[in-house]
Amino acid sequence: MAEFLFENRIWDPAEKLPRNELQALQVRRLRDCVARLENVPFYRKAFAQGNVNADRIRSLDDLKRLPLTTKADLREHYPLGFLATPRSEIVRIHGSTGTTGKPTFVAYTRDDLVLWANLCARFLVAGGLRPEHMVHIAFGYGLFTGGFGLHYGAELVGAAIVPAAAGNTERQIVLINDLQADVLVCTPSYALNIAEMMRAQGYTPDKIPLKFAHFGGEPWTEDMRLEIERQMGLLAFNNYGLSEVIGPGVSGECVVRNGMHIQEDHFLVECIDPDTLEPVPYGEPGELVLTALTKQAMPILRYRTRDIARLDPTPCPCGRTGIRMGRVIGRSDDMLIIRGANVFPSQIEEALLRVEGTAPHYLIEVDRPGTLDEVTVRVELRPERFSDKMSQMHVLREDIERQIHIVAGIRANVELVAPQTLERFIGKAKRVVDHRKEKGLI
Amino acid sequence: MKIHQLSLFLENKPGQLTAPCRELADAGIDIRTLSLADTQQFGILRLIVSDWKRGYELLRDKGYVVKDTEVVAIEVPDRPGGLLEVLKVFEKSAVNIEYMYAFTFGRGDKAVLIFRFDDPDAAIALLNSAGINVVGSVEVYNR
Amino acid sequence: MTKTAGHGFGGFNPVSAPDYLPVPLLRDLQLARLQQIVRRAYENVNHFREQMNARGLNPDSIKSLQDIGKLPFTVKNDLRDTYPFGLFASPMGDIVRLHASSGTTGKPIVVAYTKDDVEVWTSAMMRAFAACGVGSGDIIQNAYGYGLFTGGLGAHYGGEALGATVIPISGGNTDRQIMVMKDFGVTAIACTPSYFLHLLERASELGVDFHDLRVRVGIFGAEPWSETMRRRIEEMSGIKAYDIYGLSEIVGPGVGIECSCQCGLHIFEDHFYPEIIDPVTNTPCAEGEEGELVLTTLSKQAMPMIRYRTRDITSFVEGQCACGRTLRRIKRIGRRADDMFIIRGVNVFPSQIESALLAVEGTLPHYQIVLTREKGLDQMEVQVEVTAEVFSDRIGALEALHTKLESELEHTLGIRADVRLVEPHAIQRSEGKAKRVIDKRNLG
Repeated sequence: MAEFLFENRIWDPAEKLPRNELQALQVRRLRDCVARLENVPFYRKAFAQGNVNADRIRSLDDLKRLPLTTKADLREHYPLGFLATPRSEIVRIHGSTGTTGKPTFVAYTRDDLVLWANLCARFLVAGGLRPEHMVHIAFGYGLFTGGFGLHYGAELVGAAIVPAAAGNTERQIVLINDLQADVLVCTPSYALNIAEMMRAQGYTPDKIPLKFAHFGGEPWTEDMRLEIERQMGLLAFNNYGLSEVIGPGVSGECVVRNGMHIQEDHFLVECIDPDTLEPVPYGEPGELVLTALTKQAMPILRYRTRDIARLDPTPCPCGRTGIRMGRVIGRSDDMLIIRGANVFPSQIEEALLRVEGTAPHYLIEVDRPGTLDEVTVRVELRPERFSDKMSQMHVLREDIERQIHIVAGIRANVELVAPQTLERFIGKAKRVVDHRKEKGLI
Repeated sequence: MKIHQLSLFLENKPGQLTAPCRELADAGIDIRTLSLADTQQFGILRLIVSDWKRGYELLRDKGYVVKDTEVVAIEVPDRPGGLLEVLKVFEKSAVNIEYMYAFTFGRGDKAVLIFRFDDPDAAIALLNSAGINVVGSVEVYNR
Repeated sequence: MTKTAGHGFGGFNPVSAPDYLPVPLLRDLQLARLQQIVRRAYENVNHFREQMNARGLNPDSIKSLQDIGKLPFTVKNDLRDTYPFGLFASPMGDIVRLHASSGTTGKPIVVAYTKDDVEVWTSAMMRAFAACGVGSGDIIQNAYGYGLFTGGLGAHYGGEALGATVIPISGGNTDRQIMVMKDFGVTAIACTPSYFLHLLERASELGVDFHDLRVRVGIFGAEPWSETMRRRIEEMSGIKAYDIYGLSEIVGPGVGIECSCQCGLHIFEDHFYPEIIDPVTNTPCAEGEEGELVLTTLSKQAMPMIRYRTRDITSFVEGQCACGRTLRRIKRIGRRADDMFIIRGVNVFPSQIESALLAVEGTLPHYQIVLTREKGLDQMEVQVEVTAEVFSDRIGALEALHTKLESELEHTLGIRADVRLVEPHAIQRSEGKAKRVIDKRNLG
C-alpha cells in the first residue's frame, strides 16, 4: 500500500476503470460522438471527404481518420457553427479571446454542465477537497470558464464557496483569514501575489488557514509550487483544461502529484509533432490534441490545443487509470498568457490600428517583476503626432491603453517612443520579448 | 550658489496663471523667469522672483500651496553644443536632472538655464570642477 | 423586427404560481414561517436571543403577524459587530456559499447560505424573471458583476433554473457586450440601469440600433433610478425596462421586482416580509406613506434576518395589482435614509473615502465627491485639495500622488474613482456639516 500525503479519495468510480474497459468505453463513445457530429456541417463535410462515418469507427486507431479541428475552424464558424444540438437546449455560453477582435464561443446543455461539474469535482477531491471545506475562488468569473468550472465542482462536492473573483488582493486576504478558508483556487501567479502580500503583512505559514490550493489557467513551474507551498503552508495542485474542450476539468493532479490524470472516459488525448502532425513517443514533448467524447452541445474532434506537454502512460499508485500529462511547457503558436488571459500579438496590433497616429512598429515586453505579469507595449509615433504637450501625449497613450483593453482584455503600459527608434527587422519581425522565459518563470 | 525657486500648484484651467502673478506685481515683487509644467489635470508654476522670501510668504498667506526649492542657475555658451557641454558633466555621475528651463534673457553671448537637480550640492561641485559658471543668487534676483 | 414575448399575451409561467396565493393563505404561510424563523434565530444566534430576552420576549411571543412589531430591529452595524460568523444560525458544515459586501470600515459584511437558501434565492430570481416575461426560450445576457457581489451569481442561478440560456458576460468591455448581444440574438439583459444607458450610447456610436436587435427585456437594479430614466431607456431601445430590488443582507437580487404593469415592485412576500416604518419614531407608516423599508427573511436558514433596517425609503402601493399577483408592492427606491450612495451597483460611504485619503496623505485633506452620469455611466470624481505637505515641484511626484490616491480608493471601494487634485479652498466650505457628496446624476 502506497503512503500518501493525505487520504487518497476517489470521487467517481469511473476514474478507476481498468484500461481495457476504459478503451472499450472510449470506442463506443467515439462512435456515438461521430454520429452526433453528423449534425455539424463542418464535420459532415470532413467525414464525407475522408469517407468515414460512425459505423467505420471500430477501434481507437480509427481516430486518425477523423479531421483535426483548429481555433481557426471555430472562428470561421462564429458564433456557434459547431452546435450539435438544437439552440433551445443551450443553457450556458462561455467564450475565450481569439487572435482577433472576435472571441470564440462555446455552448453547454444542462447535461454538459452536470458533466463539467463532475469532472471538476473529481480533480478537486483528488487534491484534498472535502465537503466540510471552505473554498476561496479567486479566479475571474464571467465568460472565462475558470471560475465557473471550479465553482460548480466545489458546489457538487458540498463545500462552502466564497466567490471572491479576481482583484482587490487585500480584501482577499482579509476574507481568507477571517472566514478560515481551507482551499484556494486561482492562477498560480495570483497565488504568489497573495502569498507575498500575506508575508508582508506578517502572516507566517502556520497562521494561514489554507490547506490545499488548485491552480490552473496558465503555465507554471515546480519552483513556483515550492515557493507558494513554503510561503503559505499548503499543498498545491495543478489542473488543466481549455474552454474549447470544456474548460477546467480535462485533467488534474492526484495525491501523488506526478502529472495530471486526463479524464479519459470523456476526453481522448493524442500528443503530436506540430509540424509533421505525426504522434510523438510517450515521454517526448508534443502538442496535445483532444477529443471531447461526451459533450452534447459542442463535441469537438481532435482539437489542436497548441499546448506542448509530455504524456506518461505508466500506472499511478493512486489507482486512477487515466494517462497522465506533464505540465504545459510551451506553445506551438505565438500566444501569450498574461495573468491567465490568452493574448495574441495580433490583438495588440489590431488595437494600435484603431488609434490614429501610431506607426505599425511596436514591441511587446512581458515581465513578472514581482508576482504579477506586466505588459509594456512600446509604440512608435508617426512624426506628425509627436507633440511637446505632455497632456496630448497622455491622451494618446490612454487611448492606446483603452483599445488594448477592449481588444485583448488586458491592461498594458504603453510607452510612446519617437519615430524610427524601434529596431527594424528583415523578414519576420520580433514583436515579443518575454522576460519571464529568461527568468525561468514559465 | 543655489537659488530659491517658488513652485505653485495650479489647476489646469483658463485664467489660473493670472491671479498669482497679479499678487506678486501688486506687492512689487519682480518675476525674473517662470516655467509652467502641465498635465491634463493640473500644472505646476515655477517662479524665480526678486525677493523669494517675501514672495513665498505672500503667496502662502493668500492661500496658495507654495513650495520653496533650491535650484541652480548655470551660464551656458549661446552657440551650438553649448548645452551639451553642461549635460556632459553629468553624463557619468549619479546626479539626476529633474527638470530644467531657460532664464528669460541671456547676457551677451551667454544664456542662463535653471536646473533642478536631485542633489544640487553635488551638481555644483561637478560644475565647478568642470569650470562651468554657476550664476550667483544676487545676480539672478537683482538683474 | 417585431419583439414578441417568449410567452404570448396572458401566458402563465408555472414558476410564478406562488405569486398568486390567496391573501389569507399567504398570511397563514407568513405567520407559520415567521414563527419558525424567530425560533431558529432565538435558538442559534446569541445576539438575537440576548435582544429578545432583554425585551422579555421568546419565540412563543409571536402569535400573529402584527406581533412582528415587538421584535428587535437588526441594523447593518449588527452584522459588523458580529463579524464574521456571529449571526449564523447554521453549523459551518451546512454553509455552501458566502458573499460579502463592502462595509463602512475595513471589514466587509459577510452573508451565508445553506443549500436550501441558495435554492430559495434561485427560485425568487426565477420568479423575478418570469414576472417580467422572461422564460426558458430566452437568451439572458447577465452583465451584473460576478463575484462577492450577489448581483451576478443571483441572476445567473435564476436564469439557469428557468431553463434560459445564460451568457455570464459580467461587467465591462462594452463593445464586446454589444457584439455578443447582436451575434447571439440576446433577448433579455440584466445589469445596472446606468450601465445599460452606457451600452445604448456606445451602441449608437457604433451604429447599432437597439430596435434592430432581439433584446426585448431589461432587468435593471442594484442602484436607484427614475421613471424618467425608464422612459428614456424604453424610447431609445424599444425594450421593456423592469426595476428589480434586493440586498445581500436579505438574500441578494430577487427580493422584489416589477411585473408587466410596471407600477411598483412586488415583494416575494412568502420569503421576505416587508414593513415600512418611520425611520425616526420606528412606528409603522400608514399605507401609501413614505418610510424606511424593513425586511424579515421568512425562510433563510444560514443567516435569518429579523426586521432588517434597509435604510431604503419607499412606500407601499395601495390596492391590488392588475396582474393578479397578491404580493404587496413597494414604490421604486428613490433615496436612502443615510449618507451612503450607490454607484455602479456598489455601496459607497463617504467614510470609506476618508479612510483612503487618510491612508495616502497621513492627514485628511478637504475633499468632495461629485457623482455624474456620462454617457449613461455613473462617474465618481473625488476632488482633493492639494496641501503643502504633499505638494512637490516635480510633475512626476504629483502624478504619483494622484495615481496612489486613485489606486487606494479603488482598493478600498472596489470600484474606480477619478481623483482630481484641486487648489486649496477650491472646495466650498459650509456651516456645520460639510457637504461631501454632490450628486448630479439626476435620479429624479
